[in-house]
Amino acid sequence: MTKHTHIRNFAIIAHIDHGKSTLADRMIEFCGGLSDREMKDQVLDSMDIERERGITIKAQTVALKYKAKDGETYELNLMDTPGHVDFSYEVSRSLAAVEGALLVVDATQGVEAQTLANAYLAIEADLEIVPVLNKIDLQAAEPDRIKTQIEDVVGLDASDAIEISAKTGLGIEDVLEALVARLPAPEGDAEAPLKAMLVDSWYDPYLGVMILVRVKDGKLTKGMKVDFMAAGAKHQIDQVGIFTPKATQVDALGPGQVGYITASIKTVAETQVGDTITETKRPAESPLEGFKPSVPVVFSSLFPVDNAEFEDLRDSLAKLRLNDASFQYEAETSAALGFGFRCGFLGLLHLEIVQERLEREFDLDLITTAPSVIYRLHLNDGTVKELHNPADMPDPTYINFIEEPWIRATIMVPDEHLGGILALCTERRGEQVELTYAGSRAMVIYRLPLNEVVFDFYDRLKSTSRGYASFDYQIDDYREADLAKVSILVNSEAVDALAFVAHRSQAESRGRAICERLKDLIPRQLFKIAIQAAIGGKVVARSTLSALRKDVTSKCYGGDITRKRKLLEKQKKGKKRMRQFGQVEIPQSAFLAALRMDDN
Amino acid sequence: MTKPEPAFGIYIHWPFCQSKCPYCDFNSHVAEHIDQVAWRSAYLAELDHYAKETSARTVTSLFFGGGTPSLMPSKTATAIIETVRSRWKTAENLEITAEANPSSSDIATFEGLAEAGVNRLSLGVQSFDDGALKFLGRAHDSSQALAAITKAKQIFPRISFDLIYGLPGQSEAAWADALKDALSLAGEHISVYQLTIEPGTDFHRQRVAPADPELGAGLFEMTREILQNAGLPAYEISNHAQKGAECRHNLVYWRGEDYVGIGPGAHGRISRPSKDNYDIEMTLAWRAPGAWLGQVQKSGSGLHKRQKLGLSERRDELFLMGLRLAEGVSAERFQRQTGISLEDSLNEGALEALIGENYLICDTDGIRATEAGLLRLDAVLAHLLSSAPELQ
Repeated sequence: MTKHTHIRNFAIIAHIDHGKSTLADRMIEFCGGLSDREMKDQVLDSMDIERERGITIKAQTVALKYKAKDGETYELNLMDTPGHVDFSYEVSRSLAAVEGALLVVDATQGVEAQTLANAYLAIEADLEIVPVLNKIDLQAAEPDRIKTQIEDVVGLDASDAIEISAKTGLGIEDVLEALVARLPAPEGDAEAPLKAMLVDSWYDPYLGVMILVRVKDGKLTKGMKVDFMAAGAKHQIDQVGIFTPKATQVDALGPGQVGYITASIKTVAETQVGDTITETKRPAESPLEGFKPSVPVVFSSLFPVDNAEFEDLRDSLAKLRLNDASFQYEAETSAALGFGFRCGFLGLLHLEIVQERLEREFDLDLITTAPSVIYRLHLNDGTVKELHNPADMPDPTYINFIEEPWIRATIMVPDEHLGGILALCTERRGEQVELTYAGSRAMVIYRLPLNEVVFDFYDRLKSTSRGYASFDYQIDDYREADLAKVSILVNSEAVDALAFVAHRSQAESRGRAICERLKDLIPRQLFKIAIQAAIGGKVVARSTLSALRKDVTSKCYGGDITRKRKLLEKQKKGKKRMRQFGQVEIPQSAFLAALRMDDN
Repeated sequence: MTKPEPAFGIYIHWPFCQSKCPYCDFNSHVAEHIDQVAWRSAYLAELDHYAKETSARTVTSLFFGGGTPSLMPSKTATAIIETVRSRWKTAENLEITAEANPSSSDIATFEGLAEAGVNRLSLGVQSFDDGALKFLGRAHDSSQALAAITKAKQIFPRISFDLIYGLPGQSEAAWADALKDALSLAGEHISVYQLTIEPGTDFHRQRVAPADPELGAGLFEMTREILQNAGLPAYEISNHAQKGAECRHNLVYWRGEDYVGIGPGAHGRISRPSKDNYDIEMTLAWRAPGAWLGQVQKSGSGLHKRQKLGLSERRDELFLMGLRLAEGVSAERFQRQTGISLEDSLNEGALEALIGENYLICDTDGIRATEAGLLRLDAVLAHLLSSAPELQ
């Protein structure tokens, strides 16, 4: 093993808004990676949604040339990691590609749940962690208190934390010096068979799929034939390069280096994060450790509000998947909502991001059904079935028992809101694992059923704590639970899109809430409409929409006939967007509205 | 005994008003100057145009609508009536109605209209409450309304007047009192409309709110009851009359019979009934007064559009109009007009459902709406006709 003494690879771990991207910008600026003209705020977050939400979805990287105080020039490779719980596997792969991390904490706010989760991932990955206190220029900054908090909560020595202001540029050089002095240089054998980790990939309209790699051993060169070990695919490398942050071609990437390759790959679905790339003619004996195919945990159906947009939705999903292989979709038909897609996501944020990109970038008006998790159905015949859609739940008589996924949630919350948060967790069937205090903040760890979290938990958490609570989770295990599928019936016919699975203790009250909501949303008709919630064959809640009271044109003479007839013809056409339930036709819009209100 | 000939009406549209009312969405215009000679010739030319193809028919009613047709010079009215009588056969009891407003300038024209041959006057009274009249933007007040009714009764053998209810803030009790007061002035016929807010009107722009359905239903039911008890039962959604005093011209529309429409924006329906031909054509005149006048002067007709109605469209129209009547859609007349039986033209399940819910009654006479059905007629029609089969 050789040390590559003039290379440092590092990640930045931070909570949303704690200044990760601004710090990255300042470092690029300091090292002269971009001209002033090319510098725009937060260079690394290139998607609109990322910039707006201040989160990073795709890992990105930049290679900086830094002339240190010792007179030597170092290659500093910054790996900008995805910063959200849904992408923790991606984060773990990014962290596996570096030797150290900057832990950026807002000196006015302190450690948040997300920082903590990612810091633990960094500690687990055996990284050298340099605490950095940002926003030190603000009046409200309390560096000493925050240092204590870092020591108490994260368990890191914060005595030599670097105090900076990414906004004003204060302390940026200290950070760069610390990277050189405190982070270990990468190791790797340049003569060994190639072993490079696939850190991330994305679709570039000109170059096709670009792959971000970290070379562990050997060399990656242009024209080389390589194997993707987990995918079992062979490719020939077209381009090798680094980001300065502009993509810049180089002859080769050696051990310890971070850069990109292209290989005429058409979709990112062919590239899996964590895969090992090796040379075809001289392959490595074993792949790098830690590879895991990404698996969706939250499912939801997407329907176009206008059925005519179904094909557009199909095309848009295909395009989106070019750049995000982690979501799945398959066509679905709903009696209530028409044609759509059942989609699987890494988590709730991922769902939101996909939905938002479809609406924004592809200009689609979409409706999303209530998110569902994967239930394991143990059937009486001994088989186990995974249930992705509540509408597909078999009759309870076939089911021996059901298991549901649980999570381990970490919540950080100011003292004064702790009571509300504990009550919320209890209401959601949570089990407390740990409760610790650090200054005026509490850290609670709960085990919670994931299906309780996908159902407006995050919104409730935010409103209960006035926005101060932060939350992170990891998938834990599956446990048996007393769950029931609640069907919503209109005039005795089930509305598939509104079916949901809930714990038996809550099934009835949620069913009742939807019945009441639908009663307000369905326009009155000529006939009474019975709206019911049922578990198994048993009706547990009902509401009745009485017939409409008055609907008659006051004046209708010779000059009005044509207009009245044309109006009727329009109504006949509108029937296509109605769903028949017994004698009544209910506009699709009522179901859409019922689902929309679930968001609130 | 031979069957009486089907009714046949002629509608004359006079598009001008002195001012535009805020609830009105009719084709009415306020003009500074009207070339009366040119307009008179245009009406006569258009009558000639339609007489060519329908002269075999017997005219049973003539209706001057608008606009404010009472503002039409009596010379023009006289010429129109004379032309109708000379180009067509006319029924012995030919009904000639004119609409009029109760303002003083209108009252002055009553005698001239009567001399021209008008034998039925329909007055746009709307209310006897000065506050309500002001809100409705009417040019008259309650005393003028009284004077107009009194004068009209002296001059015309048959009169009717219009009332509007469901004004913002109007309670059931207030409307009941107003209606009972009005009854003391009513003759053989009265039209009572609920205020609706139509797109394109000032009320729509001002976002005046119509009565909510609950109150509207109460007012509708109460109106029917009060007028029924006073010997003026509803023969149509908004029209009440003593037996035999119904407006024969409007019955032409509701019963789906033929009519010729003359004047800007006027609609017509002309069929050529024969043993196996049930074609009917709709006609539509140019809507803008200037455009219509110019077209008649240029080509002898103000026709803008003329097209054949398919059998399904015909069926829809016969129900849309016919179910408004207390008598409903007559099975016999429907068979004559379309060549198919009433029941075959509908979806049996939908009809059964509406009968089962007590919205419709179906017997050998035909199909008619119950009280409950009338109250929700638009929804009943949508349910009935949207499921009805395509007819060839």
